[in-house]
Amino acid sequence: MSDLDPFRQETRAWLEENCPESMRTPVRSFLEMYSGGRNPEIDHPDQKVWCDRMAERGWTVPQWPKEYGGGGLDRDEVKVLREEMARINARSPLDSFGISMLGPALLKFGNEEQKLEHLPKICRGEIRWCQGYSEPNAGSDLASLATRAEDKGDHYLINGQKVWTSYADKADWIFCLVRTDNSGSKHEGISFVLFDMDQPGVTVRPIRLISGSSPFCETFFDNARAEKKDLVGAEGNGWTIAKYLLTHEREMISGFGAAPKKSVGQLAMESMGADASGRLANSILRQNIAQYQLDTFAFAATMARVGDEAKAGQGLGAASSIFKYYGTELNKRRNELNLAALGEPALGWEGDAYRGGAVSRDWLRSKGNSIEGGTSEVQLNIIAKRVLGLPDE
Amino acid sequence: MALVLNEEQVMLRDSAAGFLAEKATVAQLRELRDSGSERGFDESVWREMAEMGWAGIAIPEAFGGLGYGYTGLGLVLEQAGRNLSVSPLQSSVLVAATVIAELGGDGQKEQLLPAIAAGEKLVTLALQEGPHHAPAQVATTAEAAGDDWVLSGCKVLVLDAHVADSFIVIARSGGRAGEESGLSAFLVDAGTPGVSLERRSLVDARNAGVLSLESVRVPAASLLGPAGDAWSGLNRALDIANIGLASELLGLSAEAFERTVGYLKERKQFGRVIGSFQGLQHRAAELFAELELARSIVLQALQAIDDGQEDLSLMASAAKAKLCEVAQRATNEGIQMHGGIGMTDEHEIGFFIKRARVAQHTFGDYNYHLDRFAQLSGF
Repeated sequence: MSDLDPFRQETRAWLEENCPESMRTPVRSFLEMYSGGRNPEIDHPDQKVWCDRMAERGWTVPQWPKEYGGGGLDRDEVKVLREEMARINARSPLDSFGISMLGPALLKFGNEEQKLEHLPKICRGEIRWCQGYSEPNAGSDLASLATRAEDKGDHYLINGQKVWTSYADKADWIFCLVRTDNSGSKHEGISFVLFDMDQPGVTVRPIRLISGSSPFCETFFDNARAEKKDLVGAEGNGWTIAKYLLTHEREMISGFGAAPKKSVGQLAMESMGADASGRLANSILRQNIAQYQLDTFAFAATMARVGDEAKAGQGLGAASSIFKYYGTELNKRRNELNLAALGEPALGWEGDAYRGGAVSRDWLRSKGNSIEGGTSEVQLNIIAKRVLGLPDE
Repeated sequence: MALVLNEEQVMLRDSAAGFLAEKATVAQLRELRDSGSERGFDESVWREMAEMGWAGIAIPEAFGGLGYGYTGLGLVLEQAGRNLSVSPLQSSVLVAATVIAELGGDGQKEQLLPAIAAGEKLVTLALQEGPHHAPAQVATTAEAAGDDWVLSGCKVLVLDAHVADSFIVIARSGGRAGEESGLSAFLVDAGTPGVSLERRSLVDARNAGVLSLESVRVPAASLLGPAGDAWSGLNRALDIANIGLASELLGLSAEAFERTVGYLKERKQFGRVIGSFQGLQHRAAELFAELELARSIVLQALQAIDDGQEDLSLMASAAKAKLCEVAQRATNEGIQMHGGIGMTDEHEIGFFIKRARVAQHTFGDYNYHLDRFAQLSGF
């Protein structure tokens, strides 16, 4: 630790100097997060100042190599930076799919030219990305996607439709799975291409969910153009990259299973009160909550165990295969119990008295957790076949 | 502490797995049951276990044990659960030695713990009185008579009762049934006048019995810890006992599950192996997920004992409740997925469901511990 001390000192001083006061407050909702792009959504002018200053040091993505716009920091240094940012409550300067999704894929599968072209713009928040995966007829069965990419020599012509493209209405570029070949198995002939959304052949329509407005969109391609140099990996190799990113996405979604600050049991006690023995007044609800909290407790221990096993060099064990399935099911249970525990106030949809329907909208939104990024049923198929070795039908 | 096993623990687990799979198997349990064994366990196997130090794994070195802690004992119990191994590991080592370590004075520990660790003396806890685990409800009386105490009452589900050398009897020297204060722990030798024993036959075919105490006179020196103040030590010992039983249930559930998945890959109906049916695959996959949670919560609880964590009761009730739930599901699915063969006594899967229910009930079942978990969580 002691050899990191100068780095910590330097980091602390720089952050004190450069982090605007307004960026030292917690982010209250995703609307206050900064995602950059050609036409960034600005909630506060300091967001861009803070992002630019951090980007200049490579600290918007401190773990990426310096030549691609990152900070070139090692794991310990990244930890120190995070700790020092947390010390002054500094917000994350930039959150985007470019950082969380495309970047890791380009670092692993992209060529040098692609990395140099796209990664620095992600780090500087110049280009905002969206993900073109699901289609109306390719959800759980993603590999049957049908959006065509026709070879036109130096470019592809893209025709088809994507759905659930988060922030497509805000994004500048898309990383997209397309079909370049129909002759082999459905997993073959899928390619991973990048292209600009600002062109006549691309139309975007936002989707309204049961929970209200959402970042999701439908995206239509009518002779959209993708340059050949923006094909990532070999033609027909897109499924490998897609699988890599899906695993990545599932790990992010499974984080939903973590226990919230105030337990459902406490919420119910505040809302309903206790009986003469000090137990929650309704014994049926109490049992349901107890079962949920017990499973949350055991799930948290499992996340910790798998993390510790990885740190001890035992690799990612079979337990990690349950995270997406179990975490999202737990989140759905928690939201159902919230509704039951809070009663009438949880049913509000609009208005200040109901905090804009925050509880009911979260509850409705949670229903999608076990659908997006691989349904619970698909996750169970994967466990049955890959972990337990049960045969195909 | 990281939720991984260290090298010493991995070696202990592996050697326990090897030994028990050879010497203390389900087949041996069947043989003990069918032969109407007088002692109810194989004494030569128990001697070997003691020689390897297992009877003293969690007992401090100062008192003749190995001082490996309860995580070590839990790993051996997990393997015992896998093989349904019969031995006094639960009664004497996990429970009685822990009560003595929690409540006894140094002299009592010196006198008792090395003998338990050597496998020479078999001690067991006599606690439960009614149909359910309810430690504060103890009504067995302890009355002071000069320098002695006189004990009267009746205890059920006393593990290894008919082969025990001594009992730790929980009795009420003050207060009334339902109160935590007023409970005392006494060491009572099996031969003491007024003590009578009845061996009972339980569904798991393991040793248990009823202990009756009719005006049993014991000297003041037999009192473990201060009179009327046994609760906190007993409570901690019961937490540890339940975590140990959770370890046993973990091994039992994992073994029942693995045997069941193996059967799904083998059994053919409608011209294909039944494990190819999605209806069964999803149930198996869900159970796999539950077993992963079970493994984590047990390891966390075992480490909480050895780390001296203050929220041990929460950890213990969480682990026991979860393992009761998982063991129930794993053994029920075990029978169902084996189909007709699973209903026969000839097949071994039935031994797992029988042992599971007795271990689940012992020192509090799912309902008891989920209620306690909720109370300790503040609702």
